[in-house]
Amino acid sequence: MIHLPHLLRLGLLLAAGWLAALGAGCSAPAAPQLPKGLGDECVEPLDVIRRAHMHLLSDQRDKTMHEGIRTQEHSLKSCIECHASKDAEGHWVPVDAPGQFCESCHSYTAVSMDCFQCHAAKPEKQPLLMRVEKR
Amino acid sequence: MSERSEQPNLPRRTFLGIAASAAVAPGLMLFNIAGAKPDSQAVSSKNRWGMLVDTTKCADGCRACVEACHTENGISSRGRPTTDPQWIRAVTLRDRETGRETHLPLMCQHCEHPPCVDVCPTGASFRRADGIVLVDRHICIGCRYCMMACPYKARSFVHESLHDQLPHNPRGKGCVESCTFCVHRVDEGNLTPACVEACEKDGHRALVFGDLKDPNSELYKLLTEIDSRQLRQDLGLNTGVRYRGV
Repeated sequence: MIHLPHLLRLGLLLAAGWLAALGAGCSAPAAPQLPKGLGDECVEPLDVIRRAHMHLLSDQRDKTMHEGIRTQEHSLKSCIECHASKDAEGHWVPVDAPGQFCESCHSYTAVSMDCFQCHAAKPEKQPLLMRVEKR
Repeated sequence: MSERSEQPNLPRRTFLGIAASAAVAPGLMLFNIAGAKPDSQAVSSKNRWGMLVDTTKCADGCRACVEACHTENGISSRGRPTTDPQWIRAVTLRDRETGRETHLPLMCQHCEHPPCVDVCPTGASFRRADGIVLVDRHICIGCRYCMMACPYKARSFVHESLHDQLPHNPRGKGCVESCTFCVHRVDEGNLTPACVEACEKDGHRALVFGDLKDPNSELYKLLTEIDSRQLRQDLGLNTGVRYRGV
């Protein structure tokens, strides 16, 4: 009983906020438009990679760091080599730059990522495919 | 975006397969394959990577190994010698009595019983099964206990935000780092760390890298033939890096 006025006040505030949002004509933000990767398909089915990429990456990072296992399938480096794109002048654009592969989804879902404080966000050299062709 | 249309239309799995085989084939010719292991295989204690530094061949004023290391690992100076990271240092020892000078590179000694690992509160400092001592920067909190514990002053702290790190060597502000024996090379079977490569290129051949447990390795043979020692042998750390002529 003591808390009722507080609850009422909170309820009113929330309702007011909701109405204000409606009044301002808020709509759901548009789904992110992802740049296409180099290959035809991802290393995992889309629903798996979308839900579990962070676990796959974190698992792989421990294996690489502590056991020296350097398989490419779930490595961040391979993800970037496939998903980084180039600008009009042919320079790599970091995957965490606005509108790029990682950033567009992460800003849509409001999840911050720390990977690229340390990890390179763009490939070092030419795409792997181009290197293969040269050889 | 025009780059994309030039790419052959390969499924991702096929592409990875080709990339992997292309990466391995020239590797077999270029590098010593004794240490090569499949990518999917974990490192084991059958190997113990180590190095011999022959200070009698180490030239005064030569910084080839230092520069090569820093280029390989993307370490740049900000012109602040007291805080710039140094994975390998060119050190000169001077005998006070005779004035005799000895030049040597000093880096992480990759101890069997590393004090840095003992003191690390989070488990970020660790020793891999094959003897390489590393910092897992995902776990490092930057407390710098390991830097104080290291008798060789081999570790550095990254004080400032970094940009343009190299894909094979992620590093960032707030973490401790040190020589990795070029672990990214070792893992792909290239048993020539950048410093060794540079020393060889300059014709000094003062550095030899190899497997301390493999009786057929050049390193093992040299260590059985010549007189070498560990720095601060008295500490009983059983370092992976051995020195001749100190």
